[in-house]
Amino acid sequence: MTTTYRQALREALREALAKDERVFLMGEDVGAYGGCFGVSLGLLEEFGPERVLDTPMSESAFVGAGIGAALGGMRPIVEIMTVNFSLLALDQIMNNAATLRHMSGGQLGVPLVIRMTTGAGRQLAAQHSHSLEGWYAHIPGLRVVAPATLADARGMLWTALLDPDPVLLFEHGALYNVSGELEPDAGPVDIDTAAIRRPGRDATLVAYGGTVRTALEAAGRLAADGIDAEVIDLRTLRPLDVETVLASVRRTHRLVVVDEGWRTGSLSAEISARAAEFALYDLDAPVERVCTEEVPIPYAKQLEDAALPRADDVVAAVRRAVS
Amino acid sequence: MNVKERERLLRQMIRIRRFEERCVELYSDSKIRGFMHLYIGEEAVAAGVLPALGPGDAVVSTYREHGHALALGIPMEAVLAEMYGRTNGCSRGRGGSMHLFDAGRRFYGGNAIVGGGLPLAVGLALADAMQGKALVTACLFGDGAVAEGEFHECLNLAALWRLPVLFCCENNFYAMGTALRRAQAQTDLALRASSYGMPAWPVDGMDPVAVTEATERAVESIRGGAGPCFLELRTYRFRAHSMYDAERYRAKSEVEEWRQRDPIPRLTESMRNDGELDDAALAAIESEVEEELAAAIAAAEAGAPEPVEGLTRFVYAERRP
Ligand SMILES: Cc1ncc(C[n+]2csc(CCOP(=O)(O)OP(=O)(O)O)c2C)c(N)n1
Ligand SMILES: [Mg+2]
Repeated sequence: MTTTYRQALREALREALAKDERVFLMGEDVGAYGGCFGVSLGLLEEFGPERVLDTPMSESAFVGAGIGAALGGMRPIVEIMTVNFSLLALDQIMNNAATLRHMSGGQLGVPLVIRMTTGAGRQLAAQHSHSLEGWYAHIPGLRVVAPATLADARGMLWTALLDPDPVLLFEHGALYNVSGELEPDAGPVDIDTAAIRRPGRDATLVAYGGTVRTALEAAGRLAADGIDAEVIDLRTLRPLDVETVLASVRRTHRLVVVDEGWRTGSLSAEISARAAEFALYDLDAPVERVCTEEVPIPYAKQLEDAALPRADDVVAAVRRAVS
Repeated sequence: MNVKERERLLRQMIRIRRFEERCVELYSDSKIRGFMHLYIGEEAVAAGVLPALGPGDAVVSTYREHGHALALGIPMEAVLAEMYGRTNGCSRGRGGSMHLFDAGRRFYGGNAIVGGGLPLAVGLALADAMQGKALVTACLFGDGAVAEGEFHECLNLAALWRLPVLFCCENNFYAMGTALRRAQAQTDLALRASSYGMPAWPVDGMDPVAVTEATERAVESIRGGAGPCFLELRTYRFRAHSMYDAERYRAKSEVEEWRQRDPIPRLTESMRNDGELDDAALAAIESEVEEELAAAIAAAEAGAPEPVEGLTRFVYAERRP
């Protein structure tokens, strides 16, 4: 079945709304407008205004209301238009969603899913393009997932909804129109493990979300030169499936991390640190990182392209590592 | 209001007052640590609001919540043991004075982010409404929260969706050292709230009878499906913001004026004048409270400290599907 990332996400929402009457979708323009990126198009008509709620532009209030509704027995899916806007709800996410279970000594749980768009590549400039999922991955009490494939776009939501704790689901904006084949019976997938998207012997490429495609493209080019790179898709950013990464490094002895976040204090830094802590003697070359340049994402195409991790950069990094 | 009800209010206020007076001593003895915000002076609000809620109604509170927790019926020993950081504390030692919780009584915390509890209250009310339950969520917060964006977002959302939220603003006229008039151009908070399209009115927060009546009226309207209500409960804290401060931000004479309106002697006198209370009855209340306190202290002292081996518990659910 040919489908798109956007349609796969929509199917997941439809399945969740149909399967569990505690589930509802709420956010800015998710209903009448169909979602700012069209993900929830048609769901208002199908499920009605009690299940698909358009909210005012009050990120803190509706994200917090999602947390409260989860405490009250519902299974809310809250959509925030982009990760940049999630900063207006950061208080609720950090100080309530992530802490209530602990502060209450285990009495409360927040079974909530917050979806938001992340990432650059669409010339949307510095207030709509950032990759801040690494910040959220810093926070104990949250789970953070990043579907990079159609199957994950289709399958992660339901598993996230079953989870007793808050799950942040990051949709990469440049993936919405990506199309491909999806099994007609595609369904829920785990949200605990990283996946090897391309096996290889010579180097380990670690990526997630939007950079999985970049890493796969680079691996394809390297293969033409006889360099066989393994590509790992982290899938879940918190808690990290470090074992899958380390096991690969122990086979390939080289690690290149591709991260659309900024290098400083990033997920790529975390992966590198884990390799240094637990696989240092397995490495035959320094860890390489391909990250976004340390600038707010610029508007002009050539500037934006230059700021983001490119397949060329990944190819060069792998060559350095294997040389 | 009949004698029994007035006596119940008096007893509750005395109970909260004596509890906190003892907490001050325990704090000085280093039995209680961290931030501790006393409610002394404001007891009429808790004594009036909490018992006027019905079974199953939810409560969201602030860091100044000892009185709310006690008036809702969380056992005194569970509250005190929490402040001791013990296993028998109502948050198993993870919360302390500012983060009392009781899921069974639907007490959703002690929130120490000013304004941070309002969105939770809106969501709890939304969940109850979606599940067809005729329940009310009471949300208590201070005058300081009115300066936060979350306050305005939430009043609008609750009114827009006609959610069953009782907004209880405990206006003690100060946010730490900032007088309300130094923070707000319009200090009539009920007026501010009414602009969101909900009934809102000021209440004498030093009079537990007035608070009770206002709460009952508001709860009835909310339960009837009329949407949220806002009570501006005008009250005053007699002591420092937290345990100690120099109180340079207010005049001693102002504190003294408000102390003249202390709800405990005020109700005591009024009941005496009406022949509803004599010395023996008052002494009985005091000694019952003293007994409860002694038992709470013994239980807190006897509680086991939470084991360090369990440090990272309660970050994620211990069982997942
Ligand atoms: C968002 C936020 N900003 C600042 C503080 C620090 N702070 C704690 S209590 C307080 C004053 C709050 O006053 P009010 O809401 O009137 O409550 P009261 O203490 O008078 O009961 C401040 C500024 C905080 N806890 N949260
Ligand atoms: Mg105040």
